Amino acid sequence: MKNVIPVLTVVLAILLLWYGGAILLNKQWVLDQAARQDRVLTTPELIAETWAQDKPKLPAPHQVAVELWDTVAMKKPTSKRSLVYHAWVTMSATVLGFGLGTLLGFALAVGIVYNRVMDKSVMPWVIASQTIPILAIAPMIIVVLNAIGISGLLPKAMISMYLSFFPVVVGMVKGLRSPDAMQLDQMRTWSATRAQEFRRLRLPASMPYLFASMKIAMAASLVGAIVGELPTGAVAGLGARLLAGSYYGQTIQIWSALLMAAALAAALVGLIGLIQRITLKRMGMA
Amino acid sequence: MMTEQVAAPAASVPQAPTVISAQGLNLVYETSDGPVQALKDVDLKIDKGDFVSFIGPSGCGKTTFLRVMADLETPTSGTVLVNGVTPEAARKARAYGYVFQAAGLYPWRSIGGNIRLPLEIMGYSKAEQAERVQRVLELVELSGFDKKYPWQLSGGMQQRASIARALAFDADILLMDEPFGALDEIVRDHLNEQLLALWSRTEKTICFVTHSIPEAVYLSTRIVVMSPRPGRITDVIESPLPKERPLEIRDSPEFLEIAHRVREGLRAGHAYD
Ligand SMILES: Nc1ncnc2c1ncn2[C@@H]1O[C@H](COP(=O)(O)OP(=O)(O)OP(=O)(O)O)[C@@H](O)[C@H]1O
Ligand SMILES: [Mg+2]
Repeated sequence: MKNVIPVLTVVLAILLLWYGGAILLNKQWVLDQAARQDRVLTTPELIAETWAQDKPKLPAPHQVAVELWDTVAMKKPTSKRSLVYHAWVTMSATVLGFGLGTLLGFALAVGIVYNRVMDKSVMPWVIASQTIPILAIAPMIIVVLNAIGISGLLPKAMISMYLSFFPVVVGMVKGLRSPDAMQLDQMRTWSATRAQEFRRLRLPASMPYLFASMKIAMAASLVGAIVGELPTGAVAGLGARLLAGSYYGQTIQIWSALLMAAALAAALVGLIGLIQRITLKRMGMA
Repeated sequence: MMTEQVAAPAASVPQAPTVISAQGLNLVYETSDGPVQALKDVDLKIDKGDFVSFIGPSGCGKTTFLRVMADLETPTSGTVLVNGVTPEAARKARAYGYVFQAAGLYPWRSIGGNIRLPLEIMGYSKAEQAERVQRVLELVELSGFDKKYPWQLSGGMQQRASIARALAFDADILLMDEPFGALDEIVRDHLNEQLLALWSRTEKTICFVTHSIPEAVYLSTRIVVMSPRPGRITDVIESPLPKERPLEIRDSPEFLEIAHRVREGLRAGHAYD
């Protein structure tokens, strides 16, 4: 109960702001419309109309809720009109890209920690790769991969991978280097091999860092998948819904796709958090 | 390789074999603000079964000397032999266990798992690992704690677990760098007693770094007094105390006599700078 009240307060505040914002932003159109029809609106009428437009500048929460209900609960998940279907398409690319990105990031981190040349040379490139706006290279990746006959899930996953390997590299380099000099000396007094040192010391020591960076990577991966759906004129996925929505001014559709993306991100990051808790608990670290 | 060392005969021979010998040992650390001479012309012989304490002011090279013996540091000049071979060969033959100042237990491993760690690395069988873990836990009076995690133990218990870990494989040399430095006096007394009992039971050679004069005198058969800048040995004191040492021995005239000599040695070293 103690936790519920603050949460409810915040939700209520957001809803109030949202409804208020909807009135402010949509008022002009309603007034223009009324003037054209020579109608005089009372304030309650005005407010009611700002919350009930077809293509409002800012849809009211209940309009988005209705849209979500229609597209999530009332459609078969396999239907192209179901938001669950689109979320599934985006999630597939997100998870695949996240997996590839985590593997790539992990491999690079191991290379950087164990190889002098990689230590000196790789990091600047890794950082440079993230300074290029993803919107600029996403279309190129898609076009190039399409040209060699790869389309569908994989190009989007590549963009997700491009965004998600970065936090994993940075986090894992830090994590694999987290054992202190004494712990490394200790391994040396036992004449441990590099592989033993990695498996028994560096890897377990890096686990908290791995999970923290995987959470960031997952969120980045979702952004990557959505961005990957924009330039192709994709027909499926949350990105496609956002794009279609903005073509036709379907703000309600845009907002429900956005909320769906947020929920998806929360679910995926939450899943990693759950695995983190279980793993660290089993390791005796939580 | 690990089993042959167990069969060493009890110290019945009058002259025990030399386990560690250092000759003309120098070590200079190159630092950003110039070279630091951590060890200068160190000569020392340590016999099998000795309990040698190293005492001296901070920065006199005690840790450095231990690290040289353990092949964690390479001397600039001079020779060190451990069991008649180079420190590196001795390390590869797992000739010694090293106890650091901090217990350094892995938080993600239980106490048993921590003690098992060097055994896993050295390739002992599962059954042998389990048997040894039980045995050394008994030795340091921690039986029944193998499933506990380090954070569930007090500092003194953690330090005992780290000693158990160094004892788990059959190294007959134990290098200990201020293992009880962070503990309070009462716990320390108790651990000192335990360490002595353990030493007389296992016939190991122990090199022990400490800042405490009573601790050094109580534990050692020989006390090596060192002085700083440059780090060198100023006195080596043979203790006439019997091998059997109850805590009360610290009030005996012999004990106070040795303690006095150690203090004199330390003071002489200090007058140098
Ligand atoms: N890795 C290193 N690099 C540079 N100088 C070092 C290094 N380790 C130790 N020294 C220097 O060497 C000297 C001896 O250090 P050492 O750690 O052996 O002293 P110590 O006798 O163990 O001191 P304490 O009692 O404080 O532990 C000191 O002057 C120290 O500053
Ligand atoms: Mg020291």
